[in-house]
Amino acid sequence: MTAVTLTVNGTERSLDVEPRTLLVHALRDDLGLTGTNVGCDSSSCGACTVLVDGQSAKSCTMFAVQADGADITTIEGVADADGTLHPMQQAFHEHHALQCGYCTPGMVMAAISLVDEYPGLDEGGVRHGLEGNLCRCTGYQNIVDAVLAAAGSGGD
Amino acid sequence: MTITEDAPAAHVGSRRLRKEDPALLTGEARFIDDLALPGAIWVGVVRSTEAHANIVGIDGSAALAIDGVNEVLSGADLAPLWGEGALPCAWPVTPDMKNPTHLPVATTTAKYVGDAVAVVLADSRYAAADGAAAVVVDYEPLPAVVEIEDAVADGAPLVHADLESNECYTWGLWGDNAAAVDAAFAEAAHVVSEHYLQQRLIPAPMEPRGCAAVPSPAGGELTLYSATQIPHILKVMTAVVLGIPENKLRVVAPSVGGGFGCKLNVYAEEILCSALAMQRGAPVRWTESRTEAAVSTIQGRGQVQHIELAADADGKVQAVRVKLLADMGAYLQLVTPGVPLLGGFLYHGCYDIPNYMFECTSVFTNRTPTDAYRGAGRPEATYAVERAMDSLAVSVGVSPEEIRARNFIGADAFPYTSSAGLVFDSGDYQAVLDKAVALAGLDDRRADQASRVAAGSSKRLGIGFSSYVEMCGLAPSRVLASLDYGAGGWEAATVRISPTCKVQVVTGSTPHGQGHETCWSMIVADQLGVDPDDVEVLHSDTAVSPTGLDTYGSRSLAVGGTAVYMATEKVIDKARAIAAHQLEASEDDLEFSGGVFRVRGTPEAEVPLAGIAFAAFTAHDLPDGMEPNLEAHVTYDPPNFTFPNGTHIAVVEVDTDTGNVDLIDYVAVDDCGVQINPLVVEGQVHGGILQGAAQALYEDAVYNSDGQLVSANLGDYLVPSAAEAPRFRLDSHATPSPTNPMGVKGVGEAGTIAAAPAVINAVVDALRDLGVTDVDMPASPQTVWRAIADAQGGAS
Repeated sequence: MTAVTLTVNGTERSLDVEPRTLLVHALRDDLGLTGTNVGCDSSSCGACTVLVDGQSAKSCTMFAVQADGADITTIEGVADADGTLHPMQQAFHEHHALQCGYCTPGMVMAAISLVDEYPGLDEGGVRHGLEGNLCRCTGYQNIVDAVLAAAGSGGD
Repeated sequence: MTITEDAPAAHVGSRRLRKEDPALLTGEARFIDDLALPGAIWVGVVRSTEAHANIVGIDGSAALAIDGVNEVLSGADLAPLWGEGALPCAWPVTPDMKNPTHLPVATTTAKYVGDAVAVVLADSRYAAADGAAAVVVDYEPLPAVVEIEDAVADGAPLVHADLESNECYTWGLWGDNAAAVDAAFAEAAHVVSEHYLQQRLIPAPMEPRGCAAVPSPAGGELTLYSATQIPHILKVMTAVVLGIPENKLRVVAPSVGGGFGCKLNVYAEEILCSALAMQRGAPVRWTESRTEAAVSTIQGRGQVQHIELAADADGKVQAVRVKLLADMGAYLQLVTPGVPLLGGFLYHGCYDIPNYMFECTSVFTNRTPTDAYRGAGRPEATYAVERAMDSLAVSVGVSPEEIRARNFIGADAFPYTSSAGLVFDSGDYQAVLDKAVALAGLDDRRADQASRVAAGSSKRLGIGFSSYVEMCGLAPSRVLASLDYGAGGWEAATVRISPTCKVQVVTGSTPHGQGHETCWSMIVADQLGVDPDDVEVLHSDTAVSPTGLDTYGSRSLAVGGTAVYMATEKVIDKARAIAAHQLEASEDDLEFSGGVFRVRGTPEAEVPLAGIAFAAFTAHDLPDGMEPNLEAHVTYDPPNFTFPNGTHIAVVEVDTDTGNVDLIDYVAVDDCGVQINPLVVEGQVHGGILQGAAQALYEDAVYNSDGQLVSANLGDYLVPSAAEAPRFRLDSHATPSPTNPMGVKGVGEAGTIAAAPAVINAVVDALRDLGVTDVDMPASPQTVWRAIADAQGGAS
């Protein structure tokens, strides 16, 4: 077992993990943050997307030990403490950008990072930028509209 | 609570945001793998790597050497757990249908890649996976049947050695009509005869399957948590298979991350975990990996279709004749054999075709079982008839929209009795098509198309039509009986009003993304004159919602929603009796609006629902003989199916140099009857269209000749992303269904049913002047390029 220290949603957490433990399983199984989902085993679907030092990363594609010392933000950490949704979450709600909701945490995290990284995105940019996050329910149109709306309102 | 004065609040029809969203947006929702079960035994399933093989030996020694792996169990070791029980098929479509015994874990022979052959019990998910990978299975390979047509070839190997052939059943629908059908073909001016292949599809909801069985050893109860669409059906089936008394069994579907039909089943792992949990007295859990899901969860489609149309000189179709070969896979799952039948009534599409003949032969292959996948039989039927109608249009020399107009069932023909024996409820198919044509800007598109051809452009434009009708609202129980289905088609609902006038709705429908909580709240809120936020909707747990038949076949609203509506009416009737008692008036003199009972003509004589709710609770002054409390239960058995319909138009750009197809515009006009929440309806249509378009362009469960699934993960199986998806442009044209009081029809499968033929018709339309008349699905660049090259005599 290897000791790892992560700052998760603003709180420092120390844990002992097998070196091969994926970050997503450390978050879910060791820290109880089950909002981050696992949808595949080939880094294709993006359901497990979190922010690592502010940038989106597929947490099934890195080991927890690789994140030692990193600042991690999961879906549980983006709304305000009083429950007010993050502008991206609010935009997803208002545009009906989720149905079953399984891809949603990863999609929201990827979108937050995308908008942060590329100001002034157009529709094509959003579609291309979210290529690594699959959704089976929505046909993406409402997701794209939500991200564009959040981007327009400074959704970061 | 909020009482709206005067006119009833019209929540129904508004774009109300979903109450389901906050929990899902914040990570608060709990999916199956999120459940914390300390001390649970983790199950790893060892799956056959051979399509067909005798299991000679299972060596678990390497697995048992792994830290955290505790046991390796073969099918023979596990057999006593289910005794005579086997995985159920609820739809014996013919008396002589072959249904081979389907054990949760195979004992002697593996029948497909993915078939469970052994099980590992471990302390953690990693140990379970490691252990399953370390079990060494000694196989003696047997000849495998992989492709559908190989299954019926002379001398084909047998999937099941104890059966005489690979044929599962042959089911037909022709009645006294065979001679008339033959006569229509003999007299036809135009005959179209087409073969189509419905490739196998992997449903791929974003959440794979998973289950956890939690026993209460002292009391003898078992709770089965599962990512399922059907907790109620699963409960009955688990009780029957394992002999657990139903009163000792509870099934819970937590938040479920999509289903699309593939979670409409009773799976080996659910039975396995339940049986082990009862035996061990400890929680037993299993979570499916994505690559595992590709072979261990049912697949969809898998048909070879032959459709013929006989038309007169004007292109009016007089007869349709269909022969199918359908791939069951190696075993029959819950409704596997019934899927082709669900399409079998609809091969005349939305056209008035007087003579009808349908026959389906279903076969076993050494592949993962098929079963219901979004649309289940109806996308296949729509694909065949809509592709064939385009071929007929070419033969007659008219446009796709004209051939449809000449054959549509007329708006004045409803209720319309079809030649396949159904009674269609309502529709105006021509009006729907006209709206779609206008929305698509058809004339401009055609002009663009022609100018590109004239200029010799390599970027061809294609415009594809698909007019569809589906049978939804599954289903009238007596009709299911006539089709030999093993259960009814009703749905149940309970509506309660609490002392403080909050409303509790218990539904037997089981949502997994559809938005039942929001929509049921809107329905009830309008009826009772309360705010939708004052309505809670309970579901998906047999301890809370003991009666139900769950969610599939676009049935939730038309059947389950109607049950909710009727239960609410029943509650209002009781409230009216109490109001009459309090106001000392006759019930007939009362009107109920905006949550208030008033005496007609005496507006000051009124009592709000809140007052009646409290009075019903205290029971101090109720009419003689009346039971306390405001509560009603309804089980609604629909008198008929509903028949949503629509016309979709796809516009594609095909690169004739590379074969690449871009879907550049997509117009859909749907008639799903009265819409409760257009926001939700549009979401269903968007997602449905992309799933249908994905069959047309991207998705294919590719098997090699050894029966190995080649496209087994999301890197190889092309679920489209936002980058491939077009912007959808939607409109609607509602003709309320007379079948139910709200006039609703259902919309969950519409997009998927309509989209594939629209897209492929567009691809063929783009290439018709190059001599291309057909393109197989998925129309990958390679497939399209070859179709062009073949049409050009290999010169291209």
